[in-house]
Order: sequence, then C-alpha cells, then structure tokens
Amino acid sequence: MADDIVMQVWRGDETGGDFQAFTLPAQEGEVVLDVIHRIQATEAPDLACRWNCKAGKCGSCSAEINGLPRLMCMTRMDQLPEGEEVVVAPMRTFPIIRDLVTDVSFNFEVAKAVPAFLPGPPPEGGYRMQQEDIERGQEFRKCIECFMCQNVCHVIRDHEENKPHYAGPRFFIRYAELEMHPLDTNDRRELLRQQAGLGLCNITKCCTEVCPEHIKITDNAIIPLKERVVDSSYDPAAWLGRKILRRKKKTPAEAEAAG
Amino acid sequence: MDGIESHEFDVVVIGAGGAGLRAAIEAKQRGLRTAVVCKSLLGKAHTVMAEGGVAAAMGNIYPEDNWQVHFRDTMRGGKMLNNWRMAQLHAQEAPDRVEELEAWGALFDRTKDGRILQRDFGGHRYARLAHVGDRTGLEMIRTLQQKAVSMDIEVFMECKVLRLLTDSDGRVSAAVGYWRPTGEFVLFTGKAFVLSSGGIGKSWKYTSNSWESTGDGHAMALWVGADLIDMEAVQFHPTGMVWPLSVRGLLVTEGVRGDGGVLLNSEGKRFMFDYVAPMFRAETAETDEEADRWYEDHSAGRRPPDLLPRDEVARSINTEVKAGRGSPHGGVFLDIANRRSPEYIRRRLPSMYHQFMELAGVDITAEAMEVGPTCHYMMGGVRVDADTEAAAVPGLFAAGEVAGGMHGANRLGGNSLSDLLVFGRRAGMGASDYAEGRTGTPTVNDSEVQAISKEALDPFEREEGENPYDVQHDLWETMQSLVGIIRTGPELDEALEQLDTLRERTAKLAIKGPRVYNPGWNLATDLPAMLTVSRCVTLGARERKESRGGHTRDDYPEADPELGKVNFVLSQPAGGGVEGEIKVTPEPILVLPDDLKALFEESH
Repeated sequence: MADDIVMQVWRGDETGGDFQAFTLPAQEGEVVLDVIHRIQATEAPDLACRWNCKAGKCGSCSAEINGLPRLMCMTRMDQLPEGEEVVVAPMRTFPIIRDLVTDVSFNFEVAKAVPAFLPGPPPEGGYRMQQEDIERGQEFRKCIECFMCQNVCHVIRDHEENKPHYAGPRFFIRYAELEMHPLDTNDRRELLRQQAGLGLCNITKCCTEVCPEHIKITDNAIIPLKERVVDSSYDPAAWLGRKILRRKKKTPAEAEAAG
Repeated sequence: MDGIESHEFDVVVIGAGGAGLRAAIEAKQRGLRTAVVCKSLLGKAHTVMAEGGVAAAMGNIYPEDNWQVHFRDTMRGGKMLNNWRMAQLHAQEAPDRVEELEAWGALFDRTKDGRILQRDFGGHRYARLAHVGDRTGLEMIRTLQQKAVSMDIEVFMECKVLRLLTDSDGRVSAAVGYWRPTGEFVLFTGKAFVLSSGGIGKSWKYTSNSWESTGDGHAMALWVGADLIDMEAVQFHPTGMVWPLSVRGLLVTEGVRGDGGVLLNSEGKRFMFDYVAPMFRAETAETDEEADRWYEDHSAGRRPPDLLPRDEVARSINTEVKAGRGSPHGGVFLDIANRRSPEYIRRRLPSMYHQFMELAGVDITAEAMEVGPTCHYMMGGVRVDADTEAAAVPGLFAAGEVAGGMHGANRLGGNSLSDLLVFGRRAGMGASDYAEGRTGTPTVNDSEVQAISKEALDPFEREEGENPYDVQHDLWETMQSLVGIIRTGPELDEALEQLDTLRERTAKLAIKGPRVYNPGWNLATDLPAMLTVSRCVTLGARERKESRGGHTRDDYPEADPELGKVNFVLSQPAGGGVEGEIKVTPEPILVLPDDLKALFEESH
C-alpha cells in the first residue's frame, strides 16, 4: 500500500480546460471521493466537486471515472486497475460549471413537467395496498437522482437539440412509477408520447447498465411504458373501448380541472 | 438594494430537508409567496440518509399502541429533559403526517392486510416505525420534493445563507447568502423565516453527517438574538462503520437490531445484558431466550437489551472497547448473519447489504459487521414555542434538527423523521400566521449587507494565510478528543482554549481560485458557524455537571436529580457574531401537567 497513486482530474470551466495530474500516497480502503478530498485539503482547495452523503445514498458525486459513469463515493480505488492512472472527468451530457461540477438543472426542469400523483379520496380506515402491487413502484423509487442514466442516454448525450422534448430515463421511471401506482388516477400516456419523447428511446439499455441502484430501467419501466402508450394510441379495440366505456384514467388536463 | 440580486417573499425557508420542505408546503398551501433556500441540490439534504423509519403510533401491528405510549417512550428516552408539549404534539400528530405522505405518493412497506408496516426500534415499546426497507429518508424527501415541485414552490439550490438581518424593530427581515455555482451574493427579504438547516455533526472527526451539517441555523439564530438550549446534548449513534477508515462513522441503521441483529464483543458475548440501567430493567429481557422470543411476539418476552435507547448502547460499546473486548478495528460486532436468512437480510436491509459489500467487502448475510459510536444527531438547538415553533426573535421560526427541546437529552430512533413532519408543518403554520399579521415591507440596512459580503470575501484578499481545510481538520481533532462521547471538566476547558485559537486562525484564512464553485471558500464561510456551535456544545457540557442522555461526564458519572430540572440556555445578549460572548443560564424545565405525569406512574 506504500505505492503512490496518480489521479488525472479534469479542471476547467465552460470555456475549456484540461486534465491535471495529482500524485498522492495510496491509503487503505479509499474510494475515489476520498482521494479528491485529500487533493482539496492539500494541493487544490478550490477543486470543485459535488458531494453530500458519501454513502451512495444521495447521488451527488456522479463523474466519469476511467471513462465510465460512476459515483465517486462508491468506487473503491483498489478495484480500479492497479498501477494505472485514474482519470476523473465530469459528466459529459450537462454543461460544465467548474472542474467536476456540471449544471444539472435540465433534470429539475423536466421534473416540473411531470403531472403529480393524484389519488382518489381515501376510503374509510385509509388507503390499502398490497406489497406485491407496490414492489415495482418501490424499485423505481430507489432512484437517488445521480442522473448518470441521463448522462449516458444517447438521445441527449450527443444531441443537445433533443433536450427540450425528451424526459430521459430518470423521468421515464418516474412516469412508470406513477402509472403503475395502485392509487393514482392521472393518465400521462399522451404526454409521454409527445412532450416526453418516449418514442426516441431505442432501448440500448445504457441507462440500466450505469444505474448504481440496479434499477432495471429499460426492462421494467421504459418497455412497459412504450407498450402502454402504443396500446392507447394505436389499438383500435382500445380506441373503441375508450369511446364506449367510461375511462378510468384522466388526462393531465382533465385531472387538473377536476382538482 | 443596489448591486446585489434580491428576492422578496412572505416566507423564506432555509434548508430543504424534511422539515424545510414540509414547512414550505404548508406556507404555499396558505397562498403565501414561499421560497426554499438550500446549500445543495434539491433532494440531497441529510434527510435522504435516514434509514430505519418514521415513528408514529398508528397501531397497525400492535393495536394497543397509542400516542400516550409513544409520548412516554420519547420522554423517558430523553431522560425527561424534553419540552413535554413538543413531545405530546409529536406523538399525537405523527400518524396523520405519515398518512399524508402516503396521499402524496410515498410507498411504505405493507402489512399482509395492505396497511403500512411498522418495525421495532430502540426505546419504542411497540413496533412503530413506518418504513421502506432501510431507505425511508429517501422515500420521505422524494415525496416532499415532488409535492413541493408540483406546487411551484421556488427553490434556490446551492445557495449558502451567511447571516440573518433584523429591521429597526428587531424583527428578522432578511437573509444574506451567495450562490455556490457563481459566488455572487443574493439577498432574500421576507416577513417570516423558517430555519430548517439540520445538524452540526461535521465538527467531529467521526460522524454520520454530510458536509452540510455545519450548524448554520444554530449559529445564525444565536447571532441574531435567539436562544439555544441543551447544546451539550449530542447523540453518538452506537453503530457507525469503523472500517475502512475512509468511511469510519458512516451509519449502520438501528433497523439491523430491530430486525434481529445482536451486539457481540470479541469473546462472542452478547454484552448488552450487562448494561441495563435500573430505569429500563423492568421491561428488558434477562436471557438470550427471552429476548429472542420477543421478536416473534412482544407479549412472549421482554425487549432485548440491544434495543435500549441509543445513548445507553453507545456508552456500553465504548466501555467494552476500552476494556479490551473490541473488534480488530476498534468497534464491536453486530451480527445478523447468524440469526436471519440471507434472503430476509437482503430484503429488509438492502442498503446496508450494499454499503458493506461495496465499501468494506463484507457480506453481512455471512459475517458480522464491525461497528462503533459515531456523532449522529444534535438534540439541542433553537429554543422554540412548542405550538408555533417561534424563536425568541420575532419573525424567526425553527423546525427539525436545528430546533431544540423535542428530544431532551437523547433522541429515540425514528423520532427524527416524524419530528421533521410534525414540526415542519407547524413551523410553516406559525410562520404563515406571523407573515400574514406582519405590517409594512421588511427593510434591510444596506451597510450590514455590505459588511457581511465583505467579510465573506476577505479570505480572497490575503496572499498568505491559513488553509480552511487545516482549520477544519484541527477542529475535528479538538471536538473528537475533548468533546466526544465521554467528557471531563479539564478536557472541556482545554477545548475552549483550542477553540479560541481556531477562531483566531479563522480570521486569517486565505483562499485561492475564483468564487465560482470554490469548495475551499465555501468551507471558509462554514467555519464561523462550526466554531460558534462547537463553543456552545462545550459551554453547555461544562455546565451540566452530571451524566444524562447523550451527555456523559466521566467526572460526574451519575444523573443529578437537581440538574434534571433545568435546561441550559445559551444566548448572546451583546450580539457580536462569531466574536460575541456566549452566556449560559440554567432555566427550569417546563413542568409536566398532572394528566401526563400520571402516564409515568402506571405499572408496565
């Protein structure tokens, strides 16, 4: 453990930047974020890095480590290739603020567009739900909003122009969670098809691969959502059914009007 | 005012954890112009780290549970130092607050008949914690965050508040801060301010707290003329990780013990049986067999001693380690692997499984964890009116960890999340009432704003000076070694001297680099609050010459019944900010009314 480690950290701002090498003695049991903190405490107190819990629970310290999106607090130094430089760069899909910190406000804007949870009135004695009926929703609610799935999604990583009309994997699981909630009465399918751009996702599963919470974003959320949206848009039987039968779910506009 | 970005609101909430978001939701529902200002991104506040659950006497598992039992557990856990009215409101209102979260989209784990499942926790007589596996805090903050977003509440993220300002009538009228992403200053004027800034744990070396827990709200309240109480009452959670060193202090949920885990020393002995205080003897199991029966059915045996309140367990672990019966890395063993199936452990404690596997390479379904005490929670805080959460200064309210009184000398696990909801809502109501009744437009003194921004920027002007990280490091050493879990008079005196030196060094900080997202500068602006709050803890600890709850004095190892009748109140009568003199005054605790007193006389 007496060996030195060399960490190449991207430094710069929106106008540009470059990697800066830091050499430090290795210490047992450290994660990448520990090394960043040691750099801050010694050589570079102004090295910008976002973090909070340092326990993989808050999703603040996302970065690209040796080219792969990871949480710095959950990436152990001893699991990276021994004797090689460790390269730490900011997430690429979002604008740089400084060094490893990016402007992730895109995600907070998308969140505002999600029509809220809308349960019916509680029955006598409160709501009842079975565990098996909420387990899928609970899987999606494990999301720590690290936004790494957004970062790797090709639809926006390489196409800035798609951002205004694409919600991204993080919000597809949010939509899926609401759509599958046993008590929810809102219908977000048309919104998903149009404004949220669900159809742009071509199921490459990059989001699922990087999820630190191991949420099966593509299989459990996006594909079922696509099926629901397709069913509601193109299925003639469903179309006829909607015309004849009273619909259980409201559109967001109707729901809003209903209060 | 000129040259600085300003915003005007009715209610300004500082802090976006559970209490702040709940307060903001209340004020917004009242139709008031409401802002939330927070140091991190929305949804990252420390609430997210809460694991075990929300305590609420819903009676879903044990119908005999009710608010009176919860109230009594809370007061006894707090060694009767609590503000009884807060403990009463908390116990009465917590079930409604949990159900409200469900109506806002939270998905709690369920009972077989479809109701909210509740789990056992230390100091709670019945299984009482509504939970989602071991990530309850995440569920809570996400639910509140999504509710707040759906209501269009304005959130100012990554914005650090430096100071509060009063108008000429002494009412809090403004908050001055800066945007971390740009380093530019910003002024919020408002009719009422809610502090919900969380705890102070980041002044200790080993803590479960994140970088944000620097006591900003505690210090800003004191500086502006509010009182703080019970500042000596710091909770050291018994089970933090002890290895690897880089994660030392990281929390291991009490849920491990609630779900069947036991504490063992290096001899394999379940040592907690040796540490049952007289106050808890009647209701604590005496043998392994009795304790194990209790997990299945609470009427078939008494509670396992592993589930005594946190202060009791933390002290016991400390004693075992000192006696040479600790684990290889200086903790004790927490074993659930030999007591529950791997499937059960992974389902009930997914985050713990993940945390140990990824960070320590330990499979908790196969081997024991090594754990030891870690600085976790601040019971002390801003003295508030129990019903409205109003502080002593007009226009100022406080809720959550920054407020004092609710938990007395020690907090029970699970009572924090419910505290956030109950008193976050009440603070929102109190602040809204005050804002609606306040006349005139809040005014600010421009020269004060300028003085605050100049002071914040001073470190950039110095070519040579102290590195803020060095000062922080030395503060950690001071607080950890001299104001830790076990305290003595001479060590507390020494701590005060060291804090003086640290304060002098803080006046000579030098910062390089730009103002844009500069962590060194951000730390420099956190240090004044950290030093003020550390001083308050030390002063309070010096005055309380007894051992009670989270506060243990080696030179006064017993509880003193006379001191059990007072709270120590800290104030800064002459003002002066971080340089100002802090006065400590004993004041009688609020007297328990007879009907509530009777609850402690019943046999059980």
